[in-house]
Amino acid sequence: MIQDDGLSIAETYNIADILEGVPHGTAILDSRLRIVAMNRFLEVLTGFSCLESKGIYGDAIFRSNLGSRGRVFQKVLGTGDAVSVEGDIINRERRKISIQFTISPLRNNADRIIGLLVVLEDISAFNSVMNTSLLTENPTGILGHSLKMQEVFDLMPLMARTDASILITGETGTGKDMIAEAIHKSSKRGRHPFIKINCGALPETLLESELFGHVRGSFTGAIKDKPGMFKLAHDGTIFLTEIGDMPLPLQVKLLSFLDDREFYPIGGDKKIQVDVRIIAATHRSLMEQVELGNFREDLFYRLNVLHMHLPPLRERDGDIRFLLDHFLREFASRLNKKITGFTSRSLKQLTAYSYPGNIRELRNIVEYCANICPGDRIRSGHLPKDLLAIPLGEKRVPEDVKNGQIPALAASINDFSRSGADWLSIEKEMVLRALMKNHGNRSKAAKELGWGRTTLWRKMNMHSLV
Amino acid sequence: MQAQGDRSMKIFITIHNTSVAHRFDLASEVLIAVHDGNRVVDDPRTIIMSRPSAEELCNLIIKEDVDTVICGGIEERYYKFLAWKKINVLDSVIGDFTAVLNLAGLGLLSPGTIVPSSPDTVQRA
Repeated sequence: MIQDDGLSIAETYNIADILEGVPHGTAILDSRLRIVAMNRFLEVLTGFSCLESKGIYGDAIFRSNLGSRGRVFQKVLGTGDAVSVEGDIINRERRKISIQFTISPLRNNADRIIGLLVVLEDISAFNSVMNTSLLTENPTGILGHSLKMQEVFDLMPLMARTDASILITGETGTGKDMIAEAIHKSSKRGRHPFIKINCGALPETLLESELFGHVRGSFTGAIKDKPGMFKLAHDGTIFLTEIGDMPLPLQVKLLSFLDDREFYPIGGDKKIQVDVRIIAATHRSLMEQVELGNFREDLFYRLNVLHMHLPPLRERDGDIRFLLDHFLREFASRLNKKITGFTSRSLKQLTAYSYPGNIRELRNIVEYCANICPGDRIRSGHLPKDLLAIPLGEKRVPEDVKNGQIPALAASINDFSRSGADWLSIEKEMVLRALMKNHGNRSKAAKELGWGRTTLWRKMNMHSLV
Repeated sequence: MQAQGDRSMKIFITIHNTSVAHRFDLASEVLIAVHDGNRVVDDPRTIIMSRPSAEELCNLIIKEDVDTVICGGIEERYYKFLAWKKINVLDSVIGDFTAVLNLAGLGLLSPGTIVPSSPDTVQRA
């Protein structure tokens, strides 16, 4: 039967099958706290594969803050009492993730503890909602009462019920990522991984390796096998954001995957079959990209099985007012201020603005107003300067938005150039201006500001510009 | 630290007992050594930090004019800061720090290396 050896647990049961049934990162540790088995959720969460982690001290893979050398794990082994404790891990992508750890003892037939079951539940999303100190209107966290948003909300459950590819379009800041994740969570794949990849953020070769993985030795630096996001997302959803920026050669590989549901990793000679749903998003007009020859028409039709367009804020009647109130309550509460609302004049200015950056921009404007406002009502003078420059009654749509472009960084900075701003805002603006003027060269920006590079780094860090 | 034509390298490792510490921000002990490409020169120094702090470790790394930092998990912002300061950061390293130090000195260590035969990896050895 079961012996007092952690590894014998794996021999007795098909541990991998059991662990895959748990909808969170899960590992089994032996009595010396070394990893016997872990599931795919934990692979995604930590960035370490099960193969390379086997036999390694568990906390060397989790990299948790649960006390020096697994003090909590030792305690559960010693007392036999299960523990549930909040903490965090730092994964291989160098991201710190809030985790609810549940550590339970595993006993053999003789009631002797032979190992631990460790469940790591990612609670970062929950914590971020709690931090806003205000619960959102619906469980998905997407806000909106307008007719156009109601159409979106009506469409979401229908899209969640099927397995077809979805193409989400909409301007920057309209909430494409949130919608994609909400559809995934309410689909039958909701318990499985949701992996987001920005197709515009990585060079072609790196993107191919990220998506499809590679085998050891397939190129310089490929020192070990890499599973790739498609494999890690098995049974779940892969969200390809900025799909319009995907290089053409990779579009061919993606099309081939969509046809056959299998692919070759880079340098591999064995096809890998996975069951993954694809949701793609873009702020560009993909049809235009097809006409320009930048996007394959056949791929467009394969992705565009279901299409959801997210309306820009300026087309969402009534939502601007609703969102202004919502974010004001949120920021007033966070800043511990007793701001009750807007004056009628400031409200006119705010509802007349076109919000090229959509909800993200509206939220930033309200955050600015809430910081500046010393009293109980947001007045005209508390608004960003550029907003004040718009004559009342004029609904201005900037040229770049008319042309379907993303608002430039410069535009967002101008939005926040203002008189009477507090020093922190002015400083942030100064840093941004200097960086922009010097094309992101930090040495030159630091010199222009009369600071050392380290001071500039510190300030950028303080203003979350890193 | 590194002069042209000189292969010596100042290496900074966050440690815990005999292993590389699992997390940079929680490390309270560091080892600083100079490797000339063949062996460790002089005795490595160990420094006990007054408290674990990623910021203080970064300050110490800059002050010590380190060439290479070896650590376990590190947050992106500290990694980027050190990279910006032109410091080579080898992160996600698991293993005994003596073996790791020698591998790094010989130019054989890369990020994510798991060194066998260490307290963290006994069963892989």
